[in-house]
Amino acid sequence: MKTMDGPRDLRAVLKMRDLRAALKMRRRRQRLLWRALRARHALHPVADRTAAIAPGDILAFACLRNEAVRLPHFLAHYRRLGVRHFLVVDNDSTDTTRALLADQPDVSLWHTAAGYKAARFGLDWTTWLQIRHGHGHWCLTLDADEILIYPYWETRPLPALTEWLDAEGRPSFAAMMLDLYPRGPLEAQTYSPGDDPFAVLSWYDAGNYTIVRRAPMDNLWIQGGVRSRVLLDAPRRGPTLTKLPLVRWNRRFVYVNSAHAALPPRLNRVYDDQGGEAPSGLLLHTKFLPQIVQRSAEEKARRQHFADADAFAAYYDRLIASPDLWCPASTRLGGWRSLEARGLMSRGGWI
Amino acid sequence: MPVGFVMMCHTALDRAAQVARYWAQSDAPVVIHVDARVPRAAFRQLQDDLADLGNVSFCRRFKCDWGTWSLVAAAQAGAEKMLERHPEVSHVFLASGACLPLRPVAELNAYLDRRPWTDFIESVTTADVGWTVGGLDIERFTLHFPFSWKKRRKLFDRYVNLQRRLGLRRHIPDGLVPHLGSQWWCLTRATLSAILTDPDRPVHDRYFRRVWIPDESYFQTLVRLYGTSIESRSLTLSKFDYQGKPHVFYDDHLQLLRRSDCFVARKIWPQADRLYKTFLAPRAPSLAHTEPDPTKIDRLFSKAVERRLKGRAGLYMQSRFPRKDRENGKTCAQYSIFHGFADIFENFDSWLSKQVTARVHGHIFGPERVEFAGGETLYNGCLTDSVALRDYNPRAFLTNMIWNARGERQCFMFSPRDNQECNWFTATDPNAQISVITGAWAVPLFHSARPFHEVRREAARLQKVEQAHLDILRSMYVKARVRIWTMADFIENPMEPLQTIIDELSPRTARRLTEAPRLVDLTGFGQFLQNLKNQGMQPRLMGDFPMGEDPRPATGRRGRPYLVR
Repeated sequence: MKTMDGPRDLRAVLKMRDLRAALKMRRRRQRLLWRALRARHALHPVADRTAAIAPGDILAFACLRNEAVRLPHFLAHYRRLGVRHFLVVDNDSTDTTRALLADQPDVSLWHTAAGYKAARFGLDWTTWLQIRHGHGHWCLTLDADEILIYPYWETRPLPALTEWLDAEGRPSFAAMMLDLYPRGPLEAQTYSPGDDPFAVLSWYDAGNYTIVRRAPMDNLWIQGGVRSRVLLDAPRRGPTLTKLPLVRWNRRFVYVNSAHAALPPRLNRVYDDQGGEAPSGLLLHTKFLPQIVQRSAEEKARRQHFADADAFAAYYDRLIASPDLWCPASTRLGGWRSLEARGLMSRGGWI
Repeated sequence: MPVGFVMMCHTALDRAAQVARYWAQSDAPVVIHVDARVPRAAFRQLQDDLADLGNVSFCRRFKCDWGTWSLVAAAQAGAEKMLERHPEVSHVFLASGACLPLRPVAELNAYLDRRPWTDFIESVTTADVGWTVGGLDIERFTLHFPFSWKKRRKLFDRYVNLQRRLGLRRHIPDGLVPHLGSQWWCLTRATLSAILTDPDRPVHDRYFRRVWIPDESYFQTLVRLYGTSIESRSLTLSKFDYQGKPHVFYDDHLQLLRRSDCFVARKIWPQADRLYKTFLAPRAPSLAHTEPDPTKIDRLFSKAVERRLKGRAGLYMQSRFPRKDRENGKTCAQYSIFHGFADIFENFDSWLSKQVTARVHGHIFGPERVEFAGGETLYNGCLTDSVALRDYNPRAFLTNMIWNARGERQCFMFSPRDNQECNWFTATDPNAQISVITGAWAVPLFHSARPFHEVRREAARLQKVEQAHLDILRSMYVKARVRIWTMADFIENPMEPLQTIIDELSPRTARRLTEAPRLVDLTGFGQFLQNLKNQGMQPRLMGDFPMGEDPRPATGRRGRPYLVR
């Protein structure tokens, strides 16, 4: 029996380590929930229509600033998918965003002038709204420049997907961010509110993404794409493209870092690690509409988007120069089936 | 003689009402069982909706739980009512509220009229079923299952294990041979009434009450006692995923369902407006007696299951990131690595690309830049020649490159000067063909004009790096096709190994090599190696180069291409 002692001891040590890591993550989650609870004081209701939310409705949460250009298409897209109510935090917009949103019958709007960065890039605010209104609902957490697509999205609305995810016992759904860009200098394009952004932004990088699995949350860290290729010097600073925008929410859940990872860790297990393919979609990223150039100048001064703002000065400078992100190896945006064939998303057993 | 439908409903009652109305209006009597959990108001609403139809009735309601006797009891009640109330009915079809008729009732009637004594029920002995999920087949009939599988999974599993350990077994009533199958059947009046009026029915019922998932075995077993002609297949198209959950059909399955020629399909998504509108629209029955043919759907579904479970080989993405050794293929296609060749042959890559149909890159792991074929700075999928991006995750770079170039074989040069991080990965990848000329790294050093002490230091470093790589390539874990020559051996007779490599690379276009790659000038190489030795370094990997005798191929003059035959 003596020979058994070694491995058994090791197992006990590993178990202790797991337990300790789990407790640590639990504390972290509780701390983030507490922050969200505190952050509610910063939110001032502009239009509260949450009484109209019915059980089972799919909700969308967003925190945004000066997005009047993108909003008409954004709202139309998600209404078409079957989102029943939008809960939006307006971070002190100076354009017509607030008026536009306040007029929508299916939007509840809050306003805050507090700092975006200090509120964990808006997450404290949306987490509070999710605690308050998201419990038990399938919730989308989005930026205004993220357009979700998933397998069969043109023919099956979101409730079809969420019902299937429920049946599969999946509490969350992965949708990597895919940066889309135009052909030609960014500012040479034209886009007016309500237009289909993908008429302008119709190119993407198909196969230059890197993935690592990260302990202890078990989430994947996907980086790469056009921003790493053209705009950033150090690959380490490449954008995090992993996203979990769709979660069957529980008031005890939190996003840790934008919607890139969540706690408890089981929400991050959206991928198959035994060789199979789990279901996934894509967030088509409309960041590079022509307005980005002017906006970059503004954001560079506001310093609200990166933890280490100085490191990204060069990034903004390159954007301000209105670069052409297109290259001969770029791929033209097609339907979801072509994106799936290129290995960017998967129907993962959903037929 | 019309068929009668027994419908088992618990949700989406509005859709069930639509389907019941469709059947009833086609002169097929319908008996509906509504789960006793459905609120009274909803049940009343359903009754009111169908009140105008004389041939629709409701049977006694049971509280139905998945995998329990209640489902059989409900089916029995429905069937009894059908047989009693509609003496004209010759076949009884068990359907659910999520079923949708794909073909007019008249076609089904005609189909059954031509087979008046046939029972359509999937009925397979427990030894032959391959689809039971959870590993229980015969044990469904011989163990006790007092705990709910859905709500108390742990207790369920533990109790099963305990019974296995103790060897507890239930007695199967005499005369019964356990059979399993889909719970959706279509039985003749004769068979069904024989089952329901059997004097032994209390015995059977008492036994099956404690069997696990009796709705998949009660009728399937008993039909073997009375059925005269059993067609072991269901007339209901119903697919299950690998976890045993029923697949749902959506609007975009319309064409697929139509072409299947099945009579009834389940489950239909309640919001699939287009499916309900299309298939419930009045249609003239076709006179062609087409057989149901679900093979196309079967193929699609098995492909999807395979995609879910095995995934696409060599793909690493947001929802497929296999752990080590679970990849089902580390890369998606075969590729070739030429280690050392570019050092001893001039323009080896352009020579190689003339011999084979493949994309031949330079040193893609090179220290200065990624040397894509043709000096390109960008490659498929927007990979760039940036060393920083490549070295950030060399493995992802390699798998991306192979994946992006699916359909075209990739070849690239390698040397100990390059990034070595993928050596284990490539050595253990069955898709890799690795050909190594050891010690060839010394040739560029021999030609370099750097001071000798630097050359010596660099030679020692490269030798160490290459030795580490060779240790990997000679380990017991290697899955790649590895060939290793010393430089001396290779130079002596280069054509044979080159021919072997190239035959393997493009087996279908096998032809004799006519032109050898041009060997670089090696005059004085033996002396160079001796100088290294004199400086205290021991060059081991080149093979045997005696001093003074300059290496040259066995035939032809040095530096000149030569012809074989």
